[in-house]
Amino acid sequence: MSSPVLPKLVGQRVKRREDPRLIQGRGTYVDDVKIVGLQHLAFKRSDVAHGRIRRIDTSAAEAMEGVEAVFTGRQVAEFLKPMPIGTPFPSPEHRAVAVDVVRYAGEPVAVVVAADRYVARDAADAIVVEYDQLPAVVDPDLALTGRPGLVHEGFANNVALGPFPSGTGVSPDGKSVDDSAVDEAFRNAEIVISQRMHNQRLIPNAMEPRGVVAHFEPGRGTMTVWSSTQNPHILRSMLATVLGMGEDQIRAIAPEVGGGFGAKINIYGEEYVTAAVSRKLGIPVKWIEDRSEAFVATTHGRDIICHIDVAARRDGRVLGIKMRLIADIGAYNMLLTAAIPTLTMLMANATYDIPAIRATLTEVFTNKTPTDAYRGAGRPEATYFVERALDMLARELKMDGAEVRRRNFIPKDKFPYQTQMGAIYDSGDYEKALDAALAACDWENLKRERDRQRAEGRLVGIGLSMYVEVCGIGPSASLPTGGWEHSQVTIERDGRISATTGASPHGQGNETTFAQMLADQFGVPIEHVTIHHGDTAVVKQGIGTFGSRSQAVGGAALHMAGGKVKAKMARFAAALLEAAPEDIVFEQGAVMVKGAPARAKTFAEVASFAYIPVPLPEGLEPGLSEEAFFEPSNNTYPFGCHICVVEVDRETGEPKLQRLVAVDDAGNLINPLIVEGQIHGGLAQGIGQALLEEAVYSSDGQLVTGSYMDYAMPRATDFPWFEMHTTVTPTPVNPLGAKGVGEAGTLGSTPAIVNAVVDALSAYGVTHVDMALRPEKLWRLMQGGRA
Amino acid sequence: MIPSSFDYYRAASLDDAIAKLAAGDGAKILAGGHSLIPLMKLRLSEPQLLVDVARLPELSGIRRQDGLIEIGAGTVHHAVASSALVRDACPMLAEVAGAIGDPQVRNRGTLGGSLAHADPAADYPAAMLALDAEIVLRGPGGTRTVRARDFFLGLFTVDLAPDELIVAVRFAPARAAAYARLSQRASHFPIVGVAAVLDLQGGTVRGARVGLTGVGTHATRLAAVEQALAGRPADAATFEAAAAHAADGLEDVNADIHASAEYRRAMVVVFTRRALADAAARG
Repeated sequence: MSSPVLPKLVGQRVKRREDPRLIQGRGTYVDDVKIVGLQHLAFKRSDVAHGRIRRIDTSAAEAMEGVEAVFTGRQVAEFLKPMPIGTPFPSPEHRAVAVDVVRYAGEPVAVVVAADRYVARDAADAIVVEYDQLPAVVDPDLALTGRPGLVHEGFANNVALGPFPSGTGVSPDGKSVDDSAVDEAFRNAEIVISQRMHNQRLIPNAMEPRGVVAHFEPGRGTMTVWSSTQNPHILRSMLATVLGMGEDQIRAIAPEVGGGFGAKINIYGEEYVTAAVSRKLGIPVKWIEDRSEAFVATTHGRDIICHIDVAARRDGRVLGIKMRLIADIGAYNMLLTAAIPTLTMLMANATYDIPAIRATLTEVFTNKTPTDAYRGAGRPEATYFVERALDMLARELKMDGAEVRRRNFIPKDKFPYQTQMGAIYDSGDYEKALDAALAACDWENLKRERDRQRAEGRLVGIGLSMYVEVCGIGPSASLPTGGWEHSQVTIERDGRISATTGASPHGQGNETTFAQMLADQFGVPIEHVTIHHGDTAVVKQGIGTFGSRSQAVGGAALHMAGGKVKAKMARFAAALLEAAPEDIVFEQGAVMVKGAPARAKTFAEVASFAYIPVPLPEGLEPGLSEEAFFEPSNNTYPFGCHICVVEVDRETGEPKLQRLVAVDDAGNLINPLIVEGQIHGGLAQGIGQALLEEAVYSSDGQLVTGSYMDYAMPRATDFPWFEMHTTVTPTPVNPLGAKGVGEAGTLGSTPAIVNAVVDALSAYGVTHVDMALRPEKLWRLMQGGRA
Repeated sequence: MIPSSFDYYRAASLDDAIAKLAAGDGAKILAGGHSLIPLMKLRLSEPQLLVDVARLPELSGIRRQDGLIEIGAGTVHHAVASSALVRDACPMLAEVAGAIGDPQVRNRGTLGGSLAHADPAADYPAAMLALDAEIVLRGPGGTRTVRARDFFLGLFTVDLAPDELIVAVRFAPARAAAYARLSQRASHFPIVGVAAVLDLQGGTVRGARVGLTGVGTHATRLAAVEQALAGRPADAATFEAAAAHAADGLEDVNADIHASAEYRRAMVVVFTRRALADAAARG
């Protein structure tokens, strides 16, 4: 009898095992969680951006049939502490439900507990709140002069942080600043490019809005919380801190999570309130965010203004960069809010060997929804500012944009490379990625074709962008939670494999990639492997999924745990087969003696023996279950080059993306199909930022783009066929050589598109245009006006 | 996104539906629900009673009758877009229907619903104006007919009594007709939508009707453009000249974050010219 040969799976385009259940509607999301006696929460939210609460009347709501309880912010404060943040910077008190003052439209002012969602919503509507309106702080530049008012007393001129310097000549704590190198670079410059740019505010828009179910069991004194989160272990820690419970008393579960894009890293007020209400009332309660709420109540992303100056020689060599960054962080510091723009500073070196850089960051409070991580989180902003400025430099010098970049690359023999910003790039070969992209699009021919189309009167432009990002986050020094990841691999008694991961995939496909790895490691079919995640009672420890870390850090932990249990299993097999453990090999569902395939046991037989070890081999404990914590020695720095072609309609200003060529280097790839899917999603959001997406506030602090009628999401019809290529430069910082790819697509595509549109409109003297590239804005540039 | 509470009634017949409407009680007609339900979810509309007419056979069907095309008010956009009769007799209308929303919307939303709701940026009203369509209404007193140009009165306002509903629309076939629109990139409603119907004889425009949507409180005819075309050769120069002043008489032009009034005016010119050229190319 011959058994089918098991192929090696790592590196193969294995289809996602998650997809059949998800696309057939068989996934279990938070809103699918049902518990006997479950009550429902609805939040009354502020409809003014800035105001002092004069009066809240909850009597009508309380009188409604089916209403269990109503709590104002003041009442919630009696049983819930203020919200903590995850950064070490000074921060104003932030109550999950506002007390006295509201600071953004959509901030909770009261919460209703009722028998169902409909009653809860009706009751929330019946709460009457009167405000003394305060002037809304909307414009960040004006806010920094203290006008028209202060968002928080005690934060003069609305400065939340900074000005905080970083880069050449600055000590790591920012306290000692030596400007001589940067000044010299600008003294020696033959040309200086200066531009104010805005990387605009975006709304994350996960397909599944947020949701929480909290079930406090008074008899046991324990709490179970289901939440649509990217990191249940962090949720557990934060809940324990805020509720004054032990981590052992809280179980946090992230069931299926319909996308997060960074916005579900933060631990939200609604999560604390839901848990606290469950404990106070001793009943299970559920809160499900609706789409209208998600626009204002889930953190926003980006919103950084950059004043950039680039000093260069006329041969295109960049001598120095100055970046003055102003981040509009909205009304409050959330978990990582303050840290996100620091990543923009960290990546100011981009892919270039720039000798002198000064970045200065100021974070400003405004009466808007708070910002936090959004796909790319600080790195797309850095990439955008530098790549736009380099394009402006190339245009000014009348040089090929690819050539200017080539002249400034960090050479491949300089890795690991210490940047001016304090990062140590692990590995890279930027010229290879650039050359691959130029070859893929036939760069010289592309330029000729553009010129030919222009001669016909068409407005066609070509844009190019390099990128490098910081991923695989990160060593423990780079995160307040610790930056390791955990995994436990168990060979079950029947020879099947259960593995846990502290990564908490919500679209990344780790149930597939991790199973591929274990199937190869043990020589068993992938169908015999199950990956468990997202439940702190099942997954002992973990950090979560963000910062493109799940494969690079979580995958490495899995690999280590697998290696440990494999070594132990080899010792059981050695005892059964009367061989030395080092001679045992795992292949094709069998465990055998190397070079003697007749001396073999099935994988299941060895597993069974490990659990009924008669006799127990000397020096071994029964069972096959091992765990590992992986602490990376550094972040990873994936990179790539994106090139696109855009045509602008001369009459309407509508931009149309014609081609997009992406070369991405994420190191070793476990599953190229999944990697492409990740890049597709990233490109969609990167293109969306360039062309369509933009959170717009009115002068009184109302979110004008508060629904899909006004907030433009990209659709499939907005995209050309993505032409995707890879180069492979493994990282030395983890045993897999994988760098991470979850965010990459958002980095290169955005500046490439703006560069292309500026190129298309260059005949009109256009040198820069801020995103989003609205048709009217481009039309006005063509009318000779300013955008 | 949770509506306030309401009652639901599925009408057994057209007269049954009209009787429910006539009884008052804050009743609203529900057909495809693609305008009404989103408003209810946002609590911008809070009807007490929904009278569902979606399954009434009296409101369905696309037919040719006495030389006219008649489309039942309950016909979904997809049925109009894919109707062989419409595509042959009036390809412009198929084009309009196919441009509305997305496949889900087009398989639920109805012609009558769109016309009765009269969103200032709805596509159908421009087409009805250009086709000089008759809108057939029925109420407790029986049936009456209103010309499209008299039907659209203002912002979400049409010549339709609270106890009336739209039964059908009727119009003469028009091959030399086209629709051109600039899409608002979030909602995909038109910022400017222009429907043009040309009466061509030889190489000459004998007459023209041009309907405009998205620009003001409600869809309107571009009378000046129509006059500028009459008797002129059907060529690019004529269309350019006629379209050049398309926006001149427009008052209260809409302005929002997607398009200022100035931009809308400029786009009226562009899309009028495009619609005229496309219509002539079909003639």
